[in-house]
Amino acid sequence: MKAKSKGRATHAGGGAVAGRPSSAAGRGGRGRGKKSDDWILRLYVAGQTAKSLIAFRNLKRLCEEHLAGRYSIEVIDLSQSPHLAHHDHIVALPTLVRKLPEPIKRIIGDLSNLERVLVGMDLQPAAASKPLNPLP
Amino acid sequence: MPKPAKSIPDSDRLVKVPTGITGFDEITGGGLPFGRPTLICGSAGCGKSLMATEFLVRGANEFGEPGVLMTFEESAADIRKNVSSLGFNIGAMVERKQLVLDHVFIDRNEIEENGEYDLEGLFIRLGHAIDSIGAKRVVLDTIESLFSGLNNEAILRSELRRLFGWLKERKVTAIITAERGEGNLTRHGLEEYVSDCVVLLDHRVIGQVSTRRLRVVKYRGSTHGANEYPFLIDTNGMSVLPLSSASMDYKVSNLRISTGVPELDMMLGGKGFYRGSTVMLSGTSGTGKSSVAACLAHATCRGGERCMYFSFEESEAQILRNMRSIGMDLAPHVAGGLLQFHASRPTVHGLEMHLVKLHRLIEEFKPSVVILDPVTNLATAGNVNDSNSMLIRLIDFLRKKGITAFFISLTSGGKTPEGTDEGMSSIVDTWLLLSDLESGGERNRAMYVLKSRGMPHSNQVREFLITSRGVRLVPTYLGPSGVLTGSARLIQESKDLALETSVQDELRRKQLMLDHRRQAVEAQIEALRAGFEAEKQEFSRVVATQRSKMSQIEADRRATAKSRRVASNGGSHR
Repeated sequence: MKAKSKGRATHAGGGAVAGRPSSAAGRGGRGRGKKSDDWILRLYVAGQTAKSLIAFRNLKRLCEEHLAGRYSIEVIDLSQSPHLAHHDHIVALPTLVRKLPEPIKRIIGDLSNLERVLVGMDLQPAAASKPLNPLP
Repeated sequence: MPKPAKSIPDSDRLVKVPTGITGFDEITGGGLPFGRPTLICGSAGCGKSLMATEFLVRGANEFGEPGVLMTFEESAADIRKNVSSLGFNIGAMVERKQLVLDHVFIDRNEIEENGEYDLEGLFIRLGHAIDSIGAKRVVLDTIESLFSGLNNEAILRSELRRLFGWLKERKVTAIITAERGEGNLTRHGLEEYVSDCVVLLDHRVIGQVSTRRLRVVKYRGSTHGANEYPFLIDTNGMSVLPLSSASMDYKVSNLRISTGVPELDMMLGGKGFYRGSTVMLSGTSGTGKSSVAACLAHATCRGGERCMYFSFEESEAQILRNMRSIGMDLAPHVAGGLLQFHASRPTVHGLEMHLVKLHRLIEEFKPSVVILDPVTNLATAGNVNDSNSMLIRLIDFLRKKGITAFFISLTSGGKTPEGTDEGMSSIVDTWLLLSDLESGGERNRAMYVLKSRGMPHSNQVREFLITSRGVRLVPTYLGPSGVLTGSARLIQESKDLALETSVQDELRRKQLMLDHRRQAVEAQIEALRAGFEAEKQEFSRVVATQRSKMSQIEADRRATAKSRRVASNGGSHR
């Protein structure tokens, strides 16, 4: 709903990408070629709310740290395309969906707990100093 | 936008949205509150989803209000199948844009919660669905599934509160279904947020028969029937049974309808039952109650009116055969569509189902007379109180429609014939009693009118005979030793006949004797008269003779006198 985002849009807080989240794809890394083992992540939000901006910022940071160069983030604003909410089975916002690699994984929330995001996305940490148990 | 014309739109008056569910709109005085969420709670299998779905389907079909069904438990395909048995074609409605189905699926395993979130996605989905067809009705079934899917109750509760406020703002009438909780109305306390109208559904098994009940626990801003009402679900959806005409303001008729037995008509003021009245015929087994009922049916159909016969003991074929044996052929009436039989065991379904079936069948067929044979059987389908209340409902319904009701009540032998289990005796207008009289080694039947409101009726006990030419009531026979029935009566009758014959003979004999006597007397008189005549003649003859003698003597004297005179003139002055 638009009304909500209006109230909080001004907190363009900290987000690395200029914060107009309408299907803006952020790429990190060197080349523009899409590799087959690239991670494809989708972040569903509803306008520019505080939560969506926090989530995006957290996600970006995480991807830069652990998935440098082999990820792509797609931000879907459901207030612009509400039919996708039904299509992609979205109930809570923000929702992060890992489309590739399979299997599909979902996390709802603003992703404040970065460690748990790693676990949830089954992401091996890039830095060896953070050993984590692999998820089943 | 098409608004149901239930109440005049006044900004201060509570507007109600009709559900179209039989009976429910009557209990709530118009339906559900417009623009507010209603909570329907109940244990599993009570019919909550069904009621909610019917609200949407009827809203779209009958009131022109499209609806959104957001389901959290069952998939869209499952729902389509579930309600197709009720004749609701959801698939077609979706195509015609009358309905939108949205299955919200939350798999706990798939979802992980991380940080702050809200349920805006749900709002967007719902908003989109509502806008896509201009929906006015929304069902969320069962929103409590969110609690099992998501961990953070605080967020969930605050979002739910927001959701219901949001629904109010959008001015859609919503139904929320929820599972019954232990001690609470709902498991997760939804009644805190949805408290404008709360409906509780219940499904219990009493005496191996299942009954469903509905109760409007709360309805803010409106009076409502606060009792438990039985309802049932059948091929037409849900039907609630409110106690119709609690105000007893039905019209009564002065017209009469023949009972089918002429002597019985005589006993009832000469004309029979009042139309639209309730008649009860009670008697022990085998006294011939069904035969009397069949007479009524026969007479009604012969008069061109329709009759409906509900039998809880015998089948249609049995009744037709039995009545044919006493000279009443009902088959032509059945073929002609004037007589309809419905035979079923009372324990087949609960009392409510019976009542609804009766309602439906009577509404369709529109008979003038309804016969229930026997009514006492229905008590086996429930307890006595329930059966009683169900019968009262039925009687009210029939009275309102002006249908004459004929109930047959089976009394068990040994009890006083005036005691009835159902306590119906004070409700019925006319009460006929068939009793057994045992005397002289036989059992005979007698009938009398115990009461009949509004008309003079005979207080005599008549002997009740079933002959091969139908049912007859023979006038009472008072012999020197009291009322006689059966063969005692026949004996006495023949005795009386013989007595009468002999008296007649005696009279005739005496008459003859009198005639003879008269003849004899007359002959005597004749003889006397003849004698008298003879004497008279004799007398007159004698008189004549004497007279002639007298006149002769007189003549002689005169002649002598004359001759003396003559002689004296010539000679006497000497």
